[in-house]
Amino acid sequence: MTKISRRTFNLLAGTSALAMTLPHIAKAEEPVVGGSVTMAVADEPPSLVSLTTTSASTVILSPKITEGLLTFDFDLTPKPELATEWEVSEDGLTYTFKLREGVKFHDGTPLTSADVAFSLMNLKKVHPRGQSTFQSLEKVDTPDDLTAVLTLSQPAPYLLTAFSAAEAPIVPRHAYEGFEDNPVASPNGNAPIGTGPFRFVEWARGSYILMERNPDYWDAPKPYVDELITQFVGDASVRSIGLESGEIDLAGWSPVPLTDMERIKADPNLQVETRGNEYQNNGFYRIEFNLENEYFKDVRVRQAFAHMIQPQQILDIVFMGYGDLARGPVTPSLKKIYDPETPVLEHDPDRAAALLDEAGYPADADGKRFDVTIDARPGVASQIAQYMRNVLAPLGVAVTVRNEDQSAYVRRVYTDRDFAFNAQGSSQLFDPTVGTQRFYWSQNFRPGVPYSNAAAYQNPEVDALLEAAAVENDPAKRKEQLDAFQHVIANDVPAIGLIATHQITIANVNLVNFCTGALGISGNFADLYLKDG
Amino acid sequence: MAKTHHGAGRVPRLLARLLLRALPTVVGVVVLIYFFLRLVPGDAADAIAADAGAATSAGMEALRARLGLDQSLITQFGQYVWGLLHLDLGQSVRYNAPVIDLIWQRLPDTVLLMVTAMTIAVALGIVMGMTMARFAGRLPDRLLSVLALVFYSVPGFWIGLMLIVVFSVQLGWLPSGGSGPIGRAGQGWAGVLVKPRYLLLPSVSLGLFYLSIYARLTRASMLEQAGQDYVRTALAKGLSPRKVMFRHVLRNALLPVTTMVGMHVGAMLGGAVVVETVYNWPGLGKLSFEAILSRDFNVLMAILLLSSFLVIAANVMVDLVHGWLDPRIQET
Repeated sequence: MTKISRRTFNLLAGTSALAMTLPHIAKAEEPVVGGSVTMAVADEPPSLVSLTTTSASTVILSPKITEGLLTFDFDLTPKPELATEWEVSEDGLTYTFKLREGVKFHDGTPLTSADVAFSLMNLKKVHPRGQSTFQSLEKVDTPDDLTAVLTLSQPAPYLLTAFSAAEAPIVPRHAYEGFEDNPVASPNGNAPIGTGPFRFVEWARGSYILMERNPDYWDAPKPYVDELITQFVGDASVRSIGLESGEIDLAGWSPVPLTDMERIKADPNLQVETRGNEYQNNGFYRIEFNLENEYFKDVRVRQAFAHMIQPQQILDIVFMGYGDLARGPVTPSLKKIYDPETPVLEHDPDRAAALLDEAGYPADADGKRFDVTIDARPGVASQIAQYMRNVLAPLGVAVTVRNEDQSAYVRRVYTDRDFAFNAQGSSQLFDPTVGTQRFYWSQNFRPGVPYSNAAAYQNPEVDALLEAAAVENDPAKRKEQLDAFQHVIANDVPAIGLIATHQITIANVNLVNFCTGALGISGNFADLYLKDG
Repeated sequence: MAKTHHGAGRVPRLLARLLLRALPTVVGVVVLIYFFLRLVPGDAADAIAADAGAATSAGMEALRARLGLDQSLITQFGQYVWGLLHLDLGQSVRYNAPVIDLIWQRLPDTVLLMVTAMTIAVALGIVMGMTMARFAGRLPDRLLSVLALVFYSVPGFWIGLMLIVVFSVQLGWLPSGGSGPIGRAGQGWAGVLVKPRYLLLPSVSLGLFYLSIYARLTRASMLEQAGQDYVRTALAKGLSPRKVMFRHVLRNALLPVTTMVGMHVGAMLGGAVVVETVYNWPGLGKLSFEAILSRDFNVLMAILLLSSFLVIAANVMVDLVHGWLDPRIQET
């Protein structure tokens, strides 16, 4: 029967890589229907649709209910989701999507190209990144119910990768009637309907979100799991305990203290997966300098600091090996873009001392040069800040670590600009134009805007490279531009790249297909099933 | 009896006093907290953008305009008070939902947790204190004193985590978190019947600290009362030591305990923040913590207003209990 063969095919596609690491899963194993899966997320999401926010929990939960046009395998190759066929014109200015036939929203309304047009135009308006990601999107035409034609003002080479459920959810237009001016206020954010494998049932504030299997899903007999419960568990140790006691089946984005990982890995009831961060590229850690600061306006001081750092130590001590060295502005996990030839300022304390002498900060009789404060974005970055304090002390630079909560940090660094340098983790996303350019483009030096160019870095050469790469249709040329960009940043050091972390997903051994592509735990879970139902 | 006459007029009088006391407190809470909270660096728009990890300048402006943060502080305050006078607690910016709904969703679980914790603390504390007083200076007293000291000095979150490790992870007897089963498992009577299993560990963690205080307080004041003349008189007129202990000594010794209980009701909400986080208990403590982090001041104001009412109400309750324990207090 075709039904079975398709199911088996998808399973093979989804689990082939998984099966390599977990040999006891037979490849031809038949998915079991039924059962309840409990997932833990750190924070309660502000909304259940990633149309208006990119909050971590929202991005995990939204794709289960609200799908995207495409989905992506581990190397970011697009695969059909709501769109079955797509075509990008030669000049990169026209995108044509053919929608899947017979797809219905959870309230029975059929999905049409009007919903796609509405969603994309609203993403451009209200998504936190939408104004930049969909900047070139002029209009969406809908010649028929199942065709959407996008017209761009200039090429956007990264754009196709943006059409995932996490980044560009396709929402039902009729759920936003009366909220056209303010989609954030629509009740669909808190009780969404979508086309996804799971239907929204209940949101118990402060406690959990309950979803149930969508029996009318377009990819029948998927999904397999009857019930998907998401609990908000704020404390990492408590998440460890929940996973170990079996109360939590699944948690992503490195959910437990890394010191617990030895125990977790030894637990026969748990499995560990480090893939599934290829799309978001969360957890890219950097030291960012304020170039308006009296010390750091001098490139020699920035280079001196870079010469004191041994990122391998940070990787071993702070991240316990879960990550890759990332010395430039681009994460190595973006294999098609990262340039391994990016120059590196090696560990060299003598060179660092000489650079500071040259810059006019000689050591005094006690070996002291100057005092400076480092701010840390809440979380692991604070340990990196402490590492900086330790490695800079021998250089005669006394560093004070300042820890604040998220809002105070954002206000200080981006609005008040009352900081010297800061340690932070951020998302690199699926392309540098979307995830990296914002930190280095002079046009994005915008006080008051979080995660903009806080360094106040202004380099016409970098601007030209970034702006060219943002509209370059030829992948080879674009690669050259982005390579050049990585080299300039490596020498100019407006920020020191440190680590691209691996994001750990931990699941009960009973779970199969919880990580089937680049979206990882933000996948739609249509293939997820429990071995014993 | 005179007692019943007094009792009849007492409750309305107390209610009048409650209102009289509540009014200046509420005005004070609203004005002070509103402006103090604004001293915290960062606003809700910063928090939302920080949470999202991305923003644009037009987006930030639109966000501030939508949240009313672009207006002057006085205007914002005026609007808040105006809303409050119409019994409108405003909208939560973090959850995009009316504050009153959020509070109502969380209130039952918090009240349940606090009442259970307080009951455990008071009941066991008094029993422990009586035992300590009964064996003052001897081995049981010494042992219980050490225990009380441990409960007093060890932080609640650590006790919580240890209890979870022992009873959830090792023994597997009790759930490690949450306030009840979720989904199909929690429907109908099954959900209600297993609730105590979820309640036990958090309420013990929350109550232990107070338990130790009440135990020591009961012990001290019972020993103090035992030396009073009226005790000697009671014993001299031939009452059994047991009767003297329960009817006379304990009753008087409970006065300071009840006073402390009244004061602790407010403090317990603070302790609940930690315990609710460790046990993932969906109560007001966790909500207020999240409200602080997300600069969701409408929610925080509502919780603080509610807890100030709670403290006032607790004090009135204490007055009533005092009157029952010691009828002389009613006369004043």
